Amino acid sequence: MKGTVHKYSRDNIDTDVILPGPYLKIHDHAELSKHAMEGIDIDFSNKVGKGDFILAGSNFGCGSSREHAPIALSHCGIGAVLAPSFARIFYRNCVDGGYLLPLEIEKSTLEQISDKDTLEIDLQNNQIHDMTNRKKFSIATFPPLIKKIIDAGGLMYYKE
Amino acid sequence: MNITEKIIARASNRNSVSPGDVVFANVDKLMIHDVSGPGVIKVFEEWSKKGIQLDKVWNADKIWIAEDHFVPSADRISAENISSLTKWAEKFGIKKHFKFGLGQYGICHTLSHEEALVLPGEFYVGGDSHTNTTGALGALAVGLGHTDIAYAMMHGRIWLKVPETILFKIIGKKPPHIMAKDIILKIISDIGTDGANYKTMEFAGNVVSQMSMEERLTLTNMTTEAGAKNGIIEPDAVTDEYIQQRTADSYKPILGDDPHYLEEYTYEIEKLEPLVAKPYSPQNGAAARELQTVEINKAYIGSCTGAKLEDLRQAAQILKGKKVKVRTEVLPAAQSIYIKAMKEGLIDIFMEAGAVVGPPTCGACCGAHMGILAKDDICISTTNRNFPGRMGHVESQTYLASPLVVAASAIKGKITDPRDVSN
Ligand code: SF4
Repeated sequence: MKGTVHKYSRDNIDTDVILPGPYLKIHDHAELSKHAMEGIDIDFSNKVGKGDFILAGSNFGCGSSREHAPIALSHCGIGAVLAPSFARIFYRNCVDGGYLLPLEIEKSTLEQISDKDTLEIDLQNNQIHDMTNRKKFSIATFPPLIKKIIDAGGLMYYKE
Repeated sequence: MNITEKIIARASNRNSVSPGDVVFANVDKLMIHDVSGPGVIKVFEEWSKKGIQLDKVWNADKIWIAEDHFVPSADRISAENISSLTKWAEKFGIKKHFKFGLGQYGICHTLSHEEALVLPGEFYVGGDSHTNTTGALGALAVGLGHTDIAYAMMHGRIWLKVPETILFKIIGKKPPHIMAKDIILKIISDIGTDGANYKTMEFAGNVVSQMSMEERLTLTNMTTEAGAKNGIIEPDAVTDEYIQQRTADSYKPILGDDPHYLEEYTYEIEKLEPLVAKPYSPQNGAAARELQTVEINKAYIGSCTGAKLEDLRQAAQILKGKKVKVRTEVLPAAQSIYIKAMKEGLIDIFMEAGAVVGPPTCGACCGAHMGILAKDDICISTTNRNFPGRMGHVESQTYLASPLVVAASAIKGKITDPRDVSN
């Protein structure tokens, strides 16, 4: 995976920020994606390219269970969110829906990667390569079941 | 094992489980509403394009549907969503569909207890993050997204990681001006909005034992705000009485047995002050008296957190014979609660005080409709979240508080401790 990173360093970026409540009635993925991250960056959907990443503070995705949040991000092109920790429902939704990867990083990594850096993510070796500043960082390994669900392409394709 | 672990062990047909185990567990009850329902229907549409067809749901009698977020239909899209739910429920034979304007209906988490749709010891999943609420009945109640709910609807099972549990013992003599809302705001201020991430929050202690079921539900409702997977209270005589008043269905309560906890906190609440959580996080707790210079222009008494019968009674006790100084909205959380409030004369009190009483709906709690906030609005609310944009414009401000504090503030037009209004 290779793409540009969009950095929002604050902690607790919640689902009302990722996809505000009034749009919950919308279920068209393309329409939802226009409103992604509207609560923090009104221009977000215009500046994201396919395969890009979000880098954010701890507890990303806290708040509601709305699957609209990962759907909107993934439909914009986001392939992975990198954060020191995630809220549980958001994490599950990303994985079980097969939308995008929630990648857990060290807190110190957050400071060392800058907005608009180009990143290459090597899931085989659990590594992030920042091509802009030529640094390497590690990502946490996925628990075995999560890994299997990701490899299957989502919960529906996973065989118990 | 503690109560949560014992329920997971039962639901996954194991003798025992430990925190960290990942299991597939059998679901006893499942809920969708007018936001998650259409989301789930969409997931099934996407799957069917890929060759995975839903011919029948795992058990139509164990699934129920609420219409709450966008009722009365806020616009054409929400009207379509609501009509799609009806068609879908009919197609799969789901009979427990609580429709706006057709007898009993209300906020999903309120119906779960008010109609005793979930019983002690059950594993209940809902397509809404505040599904945690129902844990006050001694059930394992967990909120999930659309894909997980769709999977559970099809297979009657879902995966779970057995959570670590934090025990909160609430003890001492509860002062009359303190409500469960103050206690949970205090806990969240201490542990933070990620303080219980992926974990269980279990409540015990003499204050909890003496609490009514509706007050207990406020504690578990807001465990979501600390990131918890679930909130739970062991069932007792209060639980039994509450359920027996609502259903003849029998159940087997599950209790902890030599329980283990990751951490234990004890809260002695005799000196607790009425609290308010400042914008923009439920963890920003401060004493109401410290904020008495903050002027508000709206008061909201609504939601699954703060519009149960007891919440309305407490607010009415303050508003009786008084006039509100700012726009005040009261939305009972379910039709049955509205009726009870009416019979007790509470609706008269609200209306004579100058408030508007609206239909049961999520309404402005999630910024959906019915009184959402403008840019400069400052609202005090009995709801559970005050993130930027939660109740309307991203710059609008919401202060979270108990129904007593909200009612007192509505009278004064600024944040007010209920002890500072004369009776
Ligand atoms: S009342 Fe508010 S918190 Fe409760 S279910 Fe509705 S939107 Fe969610």
